[in-house]
Amino acid sequence: MKLWSFHGGLPSLAEHKNESVNLPIEVAPIPKVLIYPLGQHIGNAAKPLVQVGDKVLRGQKIAAAQGMVSAPIHAGSSGTVSQIADHLIPHPSGFSAPSITIETDGLDAEIDYTPHADFQQLTVAQLVDIIREAGIVGLGGAAFPTAIKLNTQSKAVAIDTLILNGAECEPYISCDDRLLKERASRIVEGTEILLHMLGAKQAILAVEDNTPDTFSSIQEAINNNNNQAINATQIPTIYPTGGEKQLIQTLTGKEVPSGKIPADIGIVSINVGTVYAIQQAVIEGKPLTSRIITVTGEGVKKPHNLEVRIGTPISALIDVCHGYTKQAERLVMGGPMMGFALSSDSIPVVKATNCILVASQHEVVTEKRAMPCIRCGLCASACPVSLSPQQLYWFSRSDQLDKAAQLNLSDCIECGCCDVVCPSHIPLAQHFRYAKSALKVQNHEKQLSNIARERFEAREERLARDKAERAERSRKKKAALKNKPAKEEIDAAVSRSKTKKSSIDNED
Amino acid sequence: MQFLTSSAPFIAPQNSVQKMMLWVLIALMPGIITMVWQFGYGVLANIIICVSTALITEAIMIRLRGRALGPALSDLSAVVTAVLLALALPTLAPWWIPFIGTFIAIVIAKHLYGGLGYNPFNPAMVAFAILMVSFPKSMTVWALPHSLLPSGISFSDIITIVLDQQSKQTLIDAITAATPLDEMKTQLGLNQTVEEIRASSIFASLSGQGWQWVSIAFLFGGLILLFKKIISWQIPVGLLAGLFTISFAFYLLAPSVTPSPLFHLLSGGAMLGAFFIATDPVTAATTPKGRFIYGVLIGLLTYIIRTWGGYPEGIAFAVILINMAVPLIDYYTPPRTYGHK
Repeated sequence: MKLWSFHGGLPSLAEHKNESVNLPIEVAPIPKVLIYPLGQHIGNAAKPLVQVGDKVLRGQKIAAAQGMVSAPIHAGSSGTVSQIADHLIPHPSGFSAPSITIETDGLDAEIDYTPHADFQQLTVAQLVDIIREAGIVGLGGAAFPTAIKLNTQSKAVAIDTLILNGAECEPYISCDDRLLKERASRIVEGTEILLHMLGAKQAILAVEDNTPDTFSSIQEAINNNNNQAINATQIPTIYPTGGEKQLIQTLTGKEVPSGKIPADIGIVSINVGTVYAIQQAVIEGKPLTSRIITVTGEGVKKPHNLEVRIGTPISALIDVCHGYTKQAERLVMGGPMMGFALSSDSIPVVKATNCILVASQHEVVTEKRAMPCIRCGLCASACPVSLSPQQLYWFSRSDQLDKAAQLNLSDCIECGCCDVVCPSHIPLAQHFRYAKSALKVQNHEKQLSNIARERFEAREERLARDKAERAERSRKKKAALKNKPAKEEIDAAVSRSKTKKSSIDNED
Repeated sequence: MQFLTSSAPFIAPQNSVQKMMLWVLIALMPGIITMVWQFGYGVLANIIICVSTALITEAIMIRLRGRALGPALSDLSAVVTAVLLALALPTLAPWWIPFIGTFIAIVIAKHLYGGLGYNPFNPAMVAFAILMVSFPKSMTVWALPHSLLPSGISFSDIITIVLDQQSKQTLIDAITAATPLDEMKTQLGLNQTVEEIRASSIFASLSGQGWQWVSIAFLFGGLILLFKKIISWQIPVGLLAGLFTISFAFYLLAPSVTPSPLFHLLSGGAMLGAFFIATDPVTAATTPKGRFIYGVLIGLLTYIIRTWGGYPEGIAFAVILINMAVPLIDYYTPPRTYGHK
């Protein structure tokens, strides 16, 4: 298969996959509590359907999607709802947010599932509905509700290619790799569902070329399935080749136009973990209540690939890994390039959590003294979307957001390549994350002020119109008065009053 | 358990300013060794004076600006500036030439503009240009190459010449000569043909005696920098291509009174300039396309100054002049971002 390449990237990034890549998936035990932040997907937070004290079963919907862009949440085990209140959530800023807490009873009693082994009999709309109701979101980290992505019927461009993203380019993470190694046939089955839904001509499952075993297990599953439309391919191991835009470019040579989505160029790209969840939801009727997570780093005694109930507190996973080592220094959710550090292990894992990295001092930078930018341009050479990070840095640092926007700041994918290659050790990714959100706020405010201005202008116009109408009315009235009958009436009235007045005078 | 937080990426940076500067110094070694071999120990005297002056002035300026001394001195940027200036200076220059030059480079061209990363003009070339304009006579004392001075210059002679130029004028006259570029310009001005001029003993098959090997050594060092990805190819290739193209065009028009393109490429500071000076990241263009244009413009301007200007060598002036155009070049050559037309 012909492959293309994307600009920049980090071909020599240390992979750190060996720590966990050969460990089979183990099922993590049921934790004492399960904590479900209501907003663990892109879009509106889910709305609780249960109350404190309610008994719930595994697979039971405990919170419903609110609006189009949202996703329901399901209980991961049976137990009692003990709390619906603010809890620390996995967020870079250490926020707390409304969450449902379930005290598990250890019975793990399940609801009755409705399997659909004959998915071909279902319409696309029915399948979209099943996937929406199963609470499936992008499990690669984006957490965007998958049902929306798959609802392409109203789109102008027909979907030509389905890309299955198995390129786990972040160091340390091996959850998708293990999933592909151990459950390839189900992913192929999930792919068939997607092909059926999208009407795509072909599906390409891409993995990095550093995992030959995985590739052969996928090949085997595809051969067994014998669907000509599904192909697997190995792509060069260059961070961030698993980024959606970079993967599309690598596999098709096409670029997703700025501000558009892949579906606009006839492509849908889905993480393989999500495909597995779709297979589970459709074929077995099971909503999304668990996922595979890699727990790794020098900070845990024994790294693991775990099948974890979503909502499990991180501390419970650390226990499975025989606890922390003395070197444990940073608790990172996600990979070391794009993940974020957490302040506490009481935080639960959510749908988007693919890795818990407990890094040692030796593995993370704890102190980085930034030197002045020497304009060497290494950042620009490493940027996978061909930005000019050093220019963006000047403008972000001085809050000249308009200029940064002109240099396409919003196209930054925050992959951190520029940061890692910078010889001056400038935290570029952090600057850009800040500037991007500041730009968003600015644009939002601009939008609000535009709305306010429009409203004001409309009001002015309306007042002017009213005034003109009033003037018109009074002019008409005056004109009418000038007409004879009116004149006579007035004259009559005047004469009436005169007579009255004279009669009063006479009485005196 | 509670943890401290910080911002992604958590991976240690792969590079440092110090490492880059160290590679520049390493890549200069072949050129320095060849210069010592061809022109004697004078270049080492320049390097010693320049580097020590640079470290002292850098330290003073950093203290005056209230910055931390350690990181500034250990980044080696001042050392690189000093060594580049030292290599551009004539090998038998009196001690105050490298001293004043380095002072100008570090204090005026670098720190008065805001220090590392903020100076718009290449500090070494600003110093060189000011010295050239201010002390033209002292900027011509280039030792004869090894092949024309087999006995070499003794260490003690170098020390006395460097410390006290006046009393050693006759010795200096005996062991120095005009550079090939200088000689070429002077003699062409006297209506000699290139062939006649190149018959002189200071010329060799490729360019000048000694100079050609020094140029090749800097080219070699430059290739090390390219290989180690310390510099990008656009600037040196652009510069050399620009210099080659214009010199070749005029060579075709009038070969008898125009030195060959090869002579231009292997004379004076062309190679040092292309790989080590024009590539100073702080003062160069930053976009890939912009860097090529920047290099080409320096190459063209170098030829123009060498041929029609008042000085035999034009690298320094060309670099400074094109430094001024950098913001403009960068503005018009942004890379095409993914997903944009």
